[in-house]
Amino acid sequence: MSTPAFNNPASTNPASSNPIRVWCFGDSVNTDDMLPGKYAPFMVGEDKFHTYAFAHLRPEFAKTVRPGDVLVGGRNWGLGSSREYAPQALKTLGVGAIIAKSFARIHYRNLLNLGVPAFTSADLPDVLEDGEQISFDITTGELSRENGSKHYLPPPPAFLQEALREGSILKYYQKFKRFPGEIAE
Amino acid sequence: MSAASINFDGLTLAERILSARVGKRVNANDLVVVDIDQVMVVDSIAPSVIRIVEDELGGEIKHPSRVSVVIDHVAPASNVEVATTQKHLREYAKANGLQLFDVGRGICHQVLIEERLARPGWIVLGSDSHSTTYGAVCAFGTGMGATDIALATASGKTWLRVPETVRVRLTGTRPPGVTAKDVALTIISELTADGATYMSIEYQLEHDDWSLSERMTLANLAVEAGAKVGLVPPNATIRAAYDVPEWLEVDERATYTHDITINLAELSPVLAAPYFVDNVHPIQTYAGTPVDVVFVGTCTNGRLDDLHIVADILRGQHVAEDTRLLVIPASSKVLEDAVADGTFGTLLAAGATFSTPGCGPCMGRHMGVLAPGEVCVSTSNRNFIGRMGSPEAKIFLASPATAAASALHGRITVAEEVAA
Repeated sequence: MSTPAFNNPASTNPASSNPIRVWCFGDSVNTDDMLPGKYAPFMVGEDKFHTYAFAHLRPEFAKTVRPGDVLVGGRNWGLGSSREYAPQALKTLGVGAIIAKSFARIHYRNLLNLGVPAFTSADLPDVLEDGEQISFDITTGELSRENGSKHYLPPPPAFLQEALREGSILKYYQKFKRFPGEIAE
Repeated sequence: MSAASINFDGLTLAERILSARVGKRVNANDLVVVDIDQVMVVDSIAPSVIRIVEDELGGEIKHPSRVSVVIDHVAPASNVEVATTQKHLREYAKANGLQLFDVGRGICHQVLIEERLARPGWIVLGSDSHSTTYGAVCAFGTGMGATDIALATASGKTWLRVPETVRVRLTGTRPPGVTAKDVALTIISELTADGATYMSIEYQLEHDDWSLSERMTLANLAVEAGAKVGLVPPNATIRAAYDVPEWLEVDERATYTHDITINLAELSPVLAAPYFVDNVHPIQTYAGTPVDVVFVGTCTNGRLDDLHIVADILRGQHVAEDTRLLVIPASSKVLEDAVADGTFGTLLAAGATFSTPGCGPCMGRHMGVLAPGEVCVSTSNRNFIGRMGSPEAKIFLASPATAAASALHGRITVAEEVAA
């Protein structure tokens, strides 16, 4: 059975607008980096909060990121707060996928719930360079660099694939009134 | 199937709680869907949760009595936008029969413990990462984002991967001056900020005379090592206050992913320097650093015993001339108790400024945010860049004792030096 890693109608992000720009961030990018607490939507408005993404860390990011761009992190991407509006800001800006060596737990669930593709790779984050152009197919996990090298990113676990076939766990629950793996009442 | 028929042999505390809940033995890495005893929603996340429940999940709430709403993250409201969302939140909570804890009642985690809405063996989800705090009473407390919280609110359930467990053995007894915060920061230093990611931390205390408040500090900071839950096995104090299920006990034959052992007798007071919680050093490394602001409060260290530590150091003295001391009790109950026993007066006389029980400036929204170049010694839990306001401010995380000593001298100071 060929299962797409992400077949996500919930995502508004284009699956491939290749070539895609890579933004490299390094280790321990936390949710305060992604969206400082004072710029939460309930404080600055639902229509504005995303314009403050990475306001402290990379002030040019929100103005120059293009739909489909890929963010690359090192270890423990997304540590810190449970604030789902931090990855929501990235989604609103059109971020196509995040590749990191590892993800913090709450943030990983938030990414899945929002339908932002999250890929784990031990080595790619050390290989990819900030600003480089790549081709990336989030459904197959195939990533090609300008030098011709190809890399394949592993799909998410089976349990999550079951949910993601419906778009997200939220969409799955809407449809089946139960969670993936749960016996129907 | 009842818990009585389950074979709990060789299971960790996390596995035991989830096994009891699903009615069969489950092990680390199994996926489970579980009923939730309590869902906690805070003001900053509530607008998203309500929108998802209303617009995408049909608006129905499975068990309204199991949902609590706490207005603490920006309390009282700092601007019209916030005031408007909080007004809506109050109306929504009342219309749907949710338990509302309004401005001034206190910080969500403190309130839930005080209201006994987290109990041994319960599963409690919070829309705040420090929901690991409920592990203080050996509840499976964990934080989630708006969509997960909305799903749990609507369905009464959530999905969880049964976590693997890191065992943290605490042997020996703490020397004077070494607080629960020093122990918790030392553990994070050993584990690192992602050393327990997706895992449960099971704390095994050789001499367990730790108070509920100290257990809360320990469990609260479990998330700073990446943990899903931080479970403190019930001691006599917890057993006296709560019904503890007989299966909720440590099993020495359980399978642990790894172990760390810390001899408390060898510890000394520490701080977490900018900009990460696992950047832990002896106080001496930064002793003498001028301090603009000292903040005592938060879900980590804003309880009565924390205020007692600060008052004992400051009694009859005054905060340094160029340093501000901000004290925010974790709840209205803490504030009342501090007024009743004279702690409030002692701190006021020493030059402390008080604010409404709640989160205060911990995440840089109001009530004492930091200016560029300012240095803060805080009893809170995060010191990321820009966490409390300006990205050019610096936050040192420390115990109430270190905070008090530093406030007194206007410089980062080892507390014992004050006592000596």
